[in-house]
Amino acid sequence: MDYGTFQGILTIIVMVTFIGIFYWAYSSKSKSKFDEAANLVFTKEEISDMAKDSGEKKK
Amino acid sequence: MMNHSQSTGADYNYTIVRQFALTTILWGIVGMAVGVLIAAQLIWPQLNFETPWLTYSRLRPLHTNAVIFAFGTSALFATSYYIVQRTCQTKLFAPKLAAFTFWGWQAIIVSAAITLPMGFTSGKEYAELEWPIDIAITVVWVCYAIVFFGTIIKRTTSHIYVANWFFGAFIITVAVLHIVNSMAVPVSLFKSYSMYSGAVDAMVQWWYGHNAVGFLLTAGFLGMMYYFVPKQAGRPVYSYRLSIVHFWALIALYIWAGPHHLHYTALPDWTQSLGMVMSLILFAPSWGGMINGIMTLSGAWHKLRTDPVLRFLVVSLSFYGMSTFEGPMMAIKTVNALSHYTDWTVGHVHSGALGWVAMVSIGSLYHLIPVLFGHGRMYSTNLVNVHFWLATIGTVLYIVAMWISGVMQGLMWRAVNSDGTLTYSFVESLEASYPFYFVRFIGGLFFLAGMFIMAYNVMRTVKAPKDSLPELTEA
Repeated sequence: MDYGTFQGILTIIVMVTFIGIFYWAYSSKSKSKFDEAANLVFTKEEISDMAKDSGEKKK
Repeated sequence: MMNHSQSTGADYNYTIVRQFALTTILWGIVGMAVGVLIAAQLIWPQLNFETPWLTYSRLRPLHTNAVIFAFGTSALFATSYYIVQRTCQTKLFAPKLAAFTFWGWQAIIVSAAITLPMGFTSGKEYAELEWPIDIAITVVWVCYAIVFFGTIIKRTTSHIYVANWFFGAFIITVAVLHIVNSMAVPVSLFKSYSMYSGAVDAMVQWWYGHNAVGFLLTAGFLGMMYYFVPKQAGRPVYSYRLSIVHFWALIALYIWAGPHHLHYTALPDWTQSLGMVMSLILFAPSWGGMINGIMTLSGAWHKLRTDPVLRFLVVSLSFYGMSTFEGPMMAIKTVNALSHYTDWTVGHVHSGALGWVAMVSIGSLYHLIPVLFGHGRMYSTNLVNVHFWLATIGTVLYIVAMWISGVMQGLMWRAVNSDGTLTYSFVESLEASYPFYFVRFIGGLFFLAGMFIMAYNVMRTVKAPKDSLPELTEA
């Protein structure tokens, strides 16, 4: 295999990997897991405070 | 009102975070003061007092090393040790090793502050320190990696929060960059020569140099952003999915951008073009991250009116967006033909360094200091606000002065008469830059003044009696 073909294959592998990551990040299967992860910044008390806040706004 | 700092349950190791947080402020003042001094030397050259260790050539690397590795990296140590514990909900792994990273890093900073003014340098930009200090950096950095990744391994949460991904990439990549670029043949205790030569040496240097920007000054501080922006805004990040794509795209692209520092040099043409194209693509993940940070505030915009800490964080993201737009533009070869070697580059660096790196660190510290010392808020919110305006005005003065000066220099250097001779001599362009050097000096002074106000405010907060600074409740 010459160097050009090798580079071409490498480019395709990287591209497919990236599309894979994109698909995984945006698939609906991962959504709940990611929502949970996004809340790791907050303590349990802060999360319940936030829930109260949004509950009040709905009323 | 409950004190959030005490309601976490787990008993985290805050000693090391406190130490690094306070030294961040100290080294920030030292590094920026040296910066203001050398800015003044460009206007009043006699300010070197005819003393070798006060000359511009020796103080300039002291300034860059102090702000990047003493101020910036201490801020990264503090925030990464804090965030990794909080988001992994576990205590720091190997606390004694963590303490060693603190004292080891301070020793390295002090040795840099001694050797650079004495004139010991390996001559590589942002990697000037001589080989014994390089080895010490490697040892401390490996310990840092052990503490950080050890904490991630013993986490009690199932997911690794995105901020830790950015910190992890920063720690690993900086280790690789530092070791490869610092490869040298020592000839004496304080002199060594690079293992590489010619164009290869230049390419390795700027592969290091631009990734120091990409991983130390960007990825690390994005880790900070992904924790403190949601925390201060009181809502989770705008899109966690975008943050994942942001991470992988950013780290995959940054590593290729180095050659744009070597346009029109002996570097092969194709390498220059590759660096240019990769730098242009880099615009996409950079702005993806910026939008993700700023949009976290959607629905909480009103908080910007009352919370200067949040203002620091959001304005830092705006400067980040500005400089990551400017950067790809400057990487275009034809633009670079005008901008390179001029003050435009200096302005670009400082829009990133003051506007993004320093302001996101300052914002994060204003969030961190009360938590670390058991208070609900900083001693004076008004002083935080004053600091915010000094920092913003200082940065704007600095970068606008350098834009004008840089474009002017570029135009003057390339101007030719009809017979092909140069229209201006170099000294003429230097003379034309003087007024802008003065504006830059004033901008730097503003920024430094803000740091002194911060130091005072932090001192009063640390020394305040318990329960004297309750959290402010929104009216």
